Amino acid sequence: MSGFAQNTFNGLVSGAFYALLALGLAVIFGMLRVVNFAHGAFYMLGAFGAYVLLTEVGVPFWAALVIMPVGLGLLGMALERAVIHRLTKLDPLYNFLLTFGLTLILQDLVKLRYGVQSSPYETPSLLSGSVNFGLFDFPTYRVFILGFAVLLCVAVWWVLTRTRIGMVVRASTERPDLTRAFGIDVGRWVTPVFGFGIGLASLAGVLAAPMRAVNPLMGADLIIVVFAVVVIGGLGSIFGSVAAGFGIGLVQAWGEAYLSAFPIVSQTIVFVVMAGVLLWRPAGLFGREEAPA
Amino acid sequence: MRRTVGVAAASAAVLLVAGCGGGGPQAGGEEKLTGDKIVLGVLNDQSGAYSELSGKNSVTAVEMAIADFTAKYGDKAVTRNITVETADHQNKPDVANSKAQEMYDRKGVDLILDVPTSSAALKVADVAKEKKKLYFNIGAATTDLTGKSCNKYTFHYAYDTYMLANGTGKTTTEQIGKNWYILYPNYAFGQDMEKSFSTAITAAGGTVVGKDGAPFPNTSGDFSTFLLKAPTLNPKPDVLGTMQAGAELVNVVKQYNEFKLRDKGVGLAVGLMFLTDIHSLTPAALAGTTYTDAWYWNFDAKNREFADRFQRKAGTRPTFAHAANYSAALQYLEAVQAAGTDDADAVVKGLEGKTIEDVFLRNGKIRAEDHRVVHDAYLAQVKPQAEVTEPWDYVKVLKTIPAAEAFRAPSADCKL
Repeated sequence: MSGFAQNTFNGLVSGAFYALLALGLAVIFGMLRVVNFAHGAFYMLGAFGAYVLLTEVGVPFWAALVIMPVGLGLLGMALERAVIHRLTKLDPLYNFLLTFGLTLILQDLVKLRYGVQSSPYETPSLLSGSVNFGLFDFPTYRVFILGFAVLLCVAVWWVLTRTRIGMVVRASTERPDLTRAFGIDVGRWVTPVFGFGIGLASLAGVLAAPMRAVNPLMGADLIIVVFAVVVIGGLGSIFGSVAAGFGIGLVQAWGEAYLSAFPIVSQTIVFVVMAGVLLWRPAGLFGREEAPA
Repeated sequence: MRRTVGVAAASAAVLLVAGCGGGGPQAGGEEKLTGDKIVLGVLNDQSGAYSELSGKNSVTAVEMAIADFTAKYGDKAVTRNITVETADHQNKPDVANSKAQEMYDRKGVDLILDVPTSSAALKVADVAKEKKKLYFNIGAATTDLTGKSCNKYTFHYAYDTYMLANGTGKTTTEQIGKNWYILYPNYAFGQDMEKSFSTAITAAGGTVVGKDGAPFPNTSGDFSTFLLKAPTLNPKPDVLGTMQAGAELVNVVKQYNEFKLRDKGVGLAVGLMFLTDIHSLTPAALAGTTYTDAWYWNFDAKNREFADRFQRKAGTRPTFAHAANYSAALQYLEAVQAAGTDDADAVVKGLEGKTIEDVFLRNGKIRAEDHRVVHDAYLAQVKPQAEVTEPWDYVKVLKTIPAAEAFRAPSADCKL
């Protein structure tokens, strides 16, 4: 029983990363109709930024948790203004070329300066112990990640459902044309929303630094699963991406724990689930079929 | 990329004089060196996961070997025209295959060096066999290079899975704990390592109480399922043996520390670790971990002298792969010098059965039966942070494993 609880807990922690990344992708896609393949690179930059801040400037984890998302969010906004916004009128292929190209550039710039070897990042001392849950001990840092991610998702949900900004964003996400018809300036919100999505990715990166290998390719490895998560949740569905993020984390953890005799299954389970969902509901679990143009 | 090494203006002038005097090696009737030069090819990972532990710095090591060879023989050298070709195989077998063909056929390469990643290494062995050109593998671990895939032109220089398993598995079982839980990446290298370790552990009187193949590549970066399982096994393992490499090893060790397995009585043994891995994890994260090393830069004065020279050129301390590339290039040049020709069959004849002492090879011998280069290996332990007194000096050598015990006996699968 305690083993099952531990595996579940771990699945939720992995899921927290997927959820934060998928949430950013979902709001960006909803608002801009751009699939941001550079999302993983910003996750990596978040983690690397935390490492550089700590080792070269002496800025601790807690400050990095604020500085990196804000800084990279601003960079994201600049990028949106400079290049990304041009994509909306172009063939989707250009979307792929630009954002994937951006990923390669960012990865190689980091590689050039810091090499491919993973960089060390210590768990902040305040969170380095473990918490006893009666049945089992669990690292404090993982508990923190889970709590933090859940709080963040709830906060985002609150903003989206209870504030005017949220209403505008939701409306522009689901029916941009109709929202515009109501006299709301959708374009004004595009840049901040892109920056917000990038900020979430960077935040996930900072959170990952103490428990994952910090290297230029860390985002590239993760982003494949995150795209599967977004597709399962329903492209552009904000609730769907969060739910699918945690769900896939659980599926992966349980798969590794209870299907380890069939490595092929535990390695591909995410994509099997994705294929199944697409057959059953082509728009994803929480997605809506796009009305024919 | 083409580099001509060590031909300063002054020595070029000396060469000219020697050439005019009729004493040059090219003066003989038949051509002893193809193209009147020797070309060494370094084929390895220059941008990916293995580029720090070997990569471009292995090219630097080979250039050092050429400079040392030229300095040693001066005018008596078989040639002073020795160049290095290098290519990035990106750890992909198909790229390695085509780059190796290009090196032998179009770049005039006499010897291919390094080639990490077992699957790529085996491809290059096939190319060497087909082209009848020499190949010294350094970076790859698979014993198949001296087993079923062995051939006349392929030599396996630095280490292999047997050496790692025999050193770490046997000694750790005898000295630290008998019950093991093995975690390995589920692909050729990991499966080979798991088998080698299980055999070595059982032979030493230990038991493998559990083993799991983790997904490879592990896209989630999470190994917690396996790490949590380890202390719950019955009987409880004394040692967690991880066969992961590079960034995956970093993840395993970070999470091993996060779950405080050492405090729960589960020690850590690492299948394959390079100095650069310890550097990125920090010695604090690995303190007390045992592993088998093929060479260590601060082992004795001779190694240290080499490491100092290397650092002046590369800006970092050498891993065993760097030292082995240096040694392999040097020993090849010595063999060409002795044979007076770069004809592959003649050089192979000179190399087979040869005993060698150099900075990398201690009690070294090139076995004629399977072309395994045997030498002393070292059981190493990562120092606690408090004992680390200078950068990169992260390890103490617990024991030297004699060359005769470090490697397996020639395999019956190998027919040269």
